[in-house]
Amino acid sequence: MPPALNPNPTAEPVPVARPTDRPTHLAVVRDARPAKDWRIPMNNIARKVLPPLLGLLVLVAIWHLATMRGGSIPGPLQTWNEAVRLFADPFYQNGPNDQGIGWNILSSLKRVGIGFGLAAAVGIPLGFIIGRFQFTAGMLNPLISLLRPVSPLAWLPIGLLVFKKADPAATWTIFICSIWPMILNTAEGVRRVPQDYLNVARVLRLSEAKVFSKILFPAVLPYLLTGVRLSIGTAWLVIVAAEMLTGGVGIGFWVWDEWNNLKVESIIIAIFVIGIVGLMLEQTLLLIARRFTHENV
Amino acid sequence: MKKLVQIENVGQTFDTKLGTFTALRDINLEIAQGEFVSLIGHSGCGKSTLLNLIAGLTLPTSGAMICDGREIAGPGPDRAVVFQNHSLLPWLTCFDNIYLAVESVFGKKEGKAKLKQRTHDALELVHLAHAETKFPNEISGGMKQRVGIARALAMSPKILLMDEPFGALDALTRAGLQDELMRITAESGATTVMVTHDVDEAVLLSDRVVMLTNGPAATIGEILEVKLPRPRNRLELAEVPEFAHARAAILDFLYRKQLKKAA
Repeated sequence: MPPALNPNPTAEPVPVARPTDRPTHLAVVRDARPAKDWRIPMNNIARKVLPPLLGLLVLVAIWHLATMRGGSIPGPLQTWNEAVRLFADPFYQNGPNDQGIGWNILSSLKRVGIGFGLAAAVGIPLGFIIGRFQFTAGMLNPLISLLRPVSPLAWLPIGLLVFKKADPAATWTIFICSIWPMILNTAEGVRRVPQDYLNVARVLRLSEAKVFSKILFPAVLPYLLTGVRLSIGTAWLVIVAAEMLTGGVGIGFWVWDEWNNLKVESIIIAIFVIGIVGLMLEQTLLLIARRFTHENV
Repeated sequence: MKKLVQIENVGQTFDTKLGTFTALRDINLEIAQGEFVSLIGHSGCGKSTLLNLIAGLTLPTSGAMICDGREIAGPGPDRAVVFQNHSLLPWLTCFDNIYLAVESVFGKKEGKAKLKQRTHDALELVHLAHAETKFPNEISGGMKQRVGIARALAMSPKILLMDEPFGALDALTRAGLQDELMRITAESGATTVMVTHDVDEAVLLSDRVVMLTNGPAATIGEILEVKLPRPRNRLELAEVPEFAHARAAILDFLYRKQLKKAA
């Protein structure tokens, strides 16, 4: 036997020389894998975290450079200090027009919640009816097309007139703006329920209630949740504007109030707070939607 | 033998944008209790349309359809359908998919324990008892189709209607399921109508092969009786002259008499 075949006789016998084995590149692949294993997660984390962090940093840097020389807009540090002060006591109450930022956020969220909840209670069943029956679709679709492009704020005076109070009028505005995406997406979902599933229901002679609970509702749920997500997004956009007009307690009113006090730091803080709350609402609903999405197999 | 399904002078037309389209005409067919009948023909010839008519999913524009002495006026659990793409509900487990069917058929007469037992038995029949807690997207295509068959059989239908049940499966899985289907129909004595475009499958499984002419206005061209003894074994059949003869007869019909001009 030529000694060249096994250059390292003390080591474990290398199975490369066996005729049944594949060529040596297999061993190379095996060696490469552990190295890849730790590199990939590091890369992934870096790839996910680094760009957003860098983006934020650039924004703050530009902000800092733009406000370095003074002027009416406060710089990042000044704003940060004000934010720390504000959030140190978010739930103070000094009368109806001077409350902590926590109260303002909560009352805005409450209005959005009520308006949106009512819109869901009306819009989702309406969406099912429109999707299921051609006749109602013919009846309501032109109305929806007509009313949907109207800015929800245009409905605010009607709300003020009917409810005689600012608070329900703001809620009413939220109701109007968040109902459309829910109606339209639910109706679209109903229209897209695969005919096969409905045929299964027909062969099994399922009752209407069973068809709804076992087939229609689960099939429509992903569409419905998309509608809910769009609605919440719009509602959160609109609440700020509505509260600026109606006053009271709320993040929108707070922005306006701080503008009147010429506290620009607070306005910038409010912009960030509104953005972060909106982002959180969106992400929560995305998470829920992912949980209830079934791939059509 | 008792006639289970009678189809008399049935025609089916559809209204389309381009006018009336005649899919089927003058269909006359009787299916006996316990019989396995295949419908074969080129694609677009109306095989599935005929199956949907027996299922009651569509109603014929002319003629009469009778199942077990009663006119077919709509779909019902006495005529269980195995759909081409299995049509399992993705948000229900395999068990719940079958339970939904069992409950809708026997729910009024039987208690929960009995219904669950029926569901178990159906899964056992297709050898999938181990997969009952799985969701449809967690199992293979062949397994999904077996759950589809189990769902249909669990309803104790008078007739089992299968629309190209193995069409989307690979050849090996398909052969396994064909063997399983032969065992199941032998055990349960189920009357079966199956749409297929696979000549070997038709000969292997059927007592009679119904050959449809090309559409539009398709009708029954020939009916071939497959006089092979049961149980049939696919390996042994290859050398039986009757098998080769039946196969040749269908191929002759499909590729000489009904060759698609456009194809």
